[in-house]
Amino acid sequence: MAIAKARIKVPKSVAKGEIFQVKTLISHKMETGLRKDKKTGEKIPRMILNRFVCKYNGEEVFACDWSTPISANPYTAFYLKASESGTLDFIWTDDEGSVFEKSADIMVT
Amino acid sequence: MKKTHQGLLAAVGMAIGVTAFATASPAQDMDWGAYQVEDRRSGYTYAKAETRAIQDDDFGNPAMIRVDSGEALWNKVDGEAGKSCADCHGDAAESMRGVATSYPKFDGALGKLKNIEQQINYCRTERMEAKEWKYESSPLLSMTVYVRHQSRGMPINVAIDGPAAPFFEKGKAFYNQRRGLLDMSCANCHVDNAGGIIRANTLSQGQTTGFPVYRLKWQKVGSTHRRFRGCNKQVRSTPYAYSSDEYVNLELFVAWRGRGLLVETPAIRN
Repeated sequence: MAIAKARIKVPKSVAKGEIFQVKTLISHKMETGLRKDKKTGEKIPRMILNRFVCKYNGEEVFACDWSTPISANPYTAFYLKASESGTLDFIWTDDEGSVFEKSADIMVT
Repeated sequence: MKKTHQGLLAAVGMAIGVTAFATASPAQDMDWGAYQVEDRRSGYTYAKAETRAIQDDDFGNPAMIRVDSGEALWNKVDGEAGKSCADCHGDAAESMRGVATSYPKFDGALGKLKNIEQQINYCRTERMEAKEWKYESSPLLSMTVYVRHQSRGMPINVAIDGPAAPFFEKGKAFYNQRRGLLDMSCANCHVDNAGGIIRANTLSQGQTTGFPVYRLKWQKVGSTHRRFRGCNKQVRSTPYAYSSDEYVNLELFVAWRGRGLLVETPAIRN
């Protein structure tokens, strides 16, 4: 299983209905599957994070499917609007089926 | 008729040459603030705006993950002695502040220069009685980034006199020695042609202020020695081993070339 470290940045509190930015960064080698082992000549199997989901109080609010061209250590920034306080869960899944999770609380004032 | 045609082509060629030169020059006139001391310029000033933007944003900088993992390693107990780095050195923000500005430095016991990576491994084997980390391995890179990061914003000030002088001279000789099938020295690119274009890349002065640097091409963090090896391979010369004396001496000379420039670790380069 691969080891990944994630960083997320969300404001601690936002005004109701305010649009705010969420930034995420996760360390992952993102092996494309196109490279060959220099010694054996065999293809190195693809090993990337293929799906990223952001859930807000259990409900999916942002998701994307990633494929080969996404760089190593992918950085994602997106915008959300909150109407009530709750928890944001960030979930990354890779080709080996490993799941990386991180969450943050947000206060709506 | 044919002759005129050739003349026309030459004129077009000249025009292109002039344009290429013109686009390169505004960057040289820019005020780079702390990234420039006299004629010495950090690699930051040669990087594209997009690349600089990644470095400017500590959150978006993928190498900052290394700072986090380096901090975790700093506090982790390892080895027979049951000690962590923090047990001797305490808070890295205080004890390691300024360290990056003076390395590599002369070590009396070794009788030669020692860089930060070697110092970390020395501590591991001698003080912690732990296994030494392989050069360019993930934990050693993380720890080096973490230690050097503590000096961010401080000017490089390496000692090149006294016992370090002969090693400095060796590093200088290495820097100016032509090598490889292409018969090129470090200086041919990084002194004579800094700011010029080599294939599609802009040549920098080859400053090491931001090392270990996150290189977009590598898609990860790499040490000065990895960069030296890459350069040596590109001129078709046989690279020296990681942690070799030749490269540590060269590290001192290159650090001295960037004297007064600020430590940027971890920097982003293309």
